[in-house]
Amino acid sequence: MKQQIKIIDYKAGNIASVRHAFRRLGLEAGLAAFPEDLEDADKLIFPGVGHARAAMNILKEKDMDQAIKAFKGPVLGICLGMQLMADSSEEGDMQGMGLFPDKIKRFSGDFKVPHMGWNSLYGLEGPLFANVPEASHVYFVHSYYMPKSSRAIALCQYGEAFTAACSKDQFFGVQFHPEKSGKPGMQILQNFIDL
Amino acid sequence: MLTKRIIPCLDIKEGRTVKGVNFGNLRDAGDPVELAARYSEEGADELTLLDITATLEKRSTFLQVVEDVAAAVSIPFTVGGGIANEHEVEKLLSKGADKVSVNTASLRDPELITRLSDAFGDQCVVVAIDARLIDGEWLVVSHAGTRITERKTIDWAKEVCDRGAGEILLTSFTADGSRNGFSLDITREVAENVPVPVIASGGAGLPAHFLDVFVEGMADAALAAGIFHYQVIGIEEIKSFLRKHKIAVR
Repeated sequence: MKQQIKIIDYKAGNIASVRHAFRRLGLEAGLAAFPEDLEDADKLIFPGVGHARAAMNILKEKDMDQAIKAFKGPVLGICLGMQLMADSSEEGDMQGMGLFPDKIKRFSGDFKVPHMGWNSLYGLEGPLFANVPEASHVYFVHSYYMPKSSRAIALCQYGEAFTAACSKDQFFGVQFHPEKSGKPGMQILQNFIDL
Repeated sequence: MLTKRIIPCLDIKEGRTVKGVNFGNLRDAGDPVELAARYSEEGADELTLLDITATLEKRSTFLQVVEDVAAAVSIPFTVGGGIANEHEVEKLLSKGADKVSVNTASLRDPELITRLSDAFGDQCVVVAIDARLIDGEWLVVSHAGTRITERKTIDWAKEVCDRGAGEILLTSFTADGSRNGFSLDITREVAENVPVPVIASGGAGLPAHFLDVFVEGMADAALAAGIFHYQVIGIEEIKSFLRKHKIAVR
């Protein structure tokens, strides 16, 4: 049977783009708005744009944060999705899900914020980055970031080295947008399908 | 290293791409979805789609174009044209747009910038500023360049950042369509004085113009329309020129 990938639908995600990307890979991703929608899912995509605390509050209203934490299959948090999976964020003093024991910080320094555009990845590790060459360019749009951590499976340089992707058990997070990152992005999504 | 971005812009009227000079004299420039797919293939870093009719009854045509472009490309894109409230932004984002750009409505209602940035995040809010050189001063113009405001471009650029803009799309009305190069002085003045990325627009005609706007203009990205639609220069041609001059591009 074909696997069922569902996208967490909490009105704070770039759902259309993620669905389109999976369609180009020949897979129709479903949507999950309530905890019971997760029952027949094999994998989850946890997207996110916007404000951390506002997004977290929407998730909590429907107990979706608990449902994601309890999910047994692979989960891929994208951008804000990844940040919500961390311990906490400086953005609105948000308390996260604690799936990654990291604190999300705001970029500050003598450079432009948001970090916006195509930047290169290095230190690629693990199955999510199979067949993705070192120094591949992917698309970032964010003002907050996860500092370099031991759970990083990809790093990026902007002011300092930061965590571009991380994993712990079945949970994965990417700070960039694979669904908007051309060829390397599509490879990463294919790798997630193949996990 | 963060690369400089090349952004083709598609002005869309009634479902077709059009291109004019100094915001007028429109010519048909093809199907927007085909163009978007072609630019994505050719190495565009991002796309901008502007609804230049932006009347209520034509809105659904534009929404369909947004959805079709989102399905066809795997690069980010910004949409703009006549956006005046949160509800419209929500609809555009739900069709697959990554960012929205606001222009005239933000001049009328500067609070709009803050409301959008609070609701959707600052990374999502591009403020488009059209600047025109009048008696030695760069003033903001509105309504597709037809109305001159009293605002100085640099002052307005700083203000929109304070209000929550995540990026500025700075178009030189003076240079637009000329193919004589970007307006470097105002681009640099804005880029040096705001904390967010600046996209320079208006006047691109040669690969050297892009080098100039990145080095002298200090822009983070450069946008062009006509030269791409009519295949005057290719995106890869610009990028290889930039690489030769040690500018980081994708």
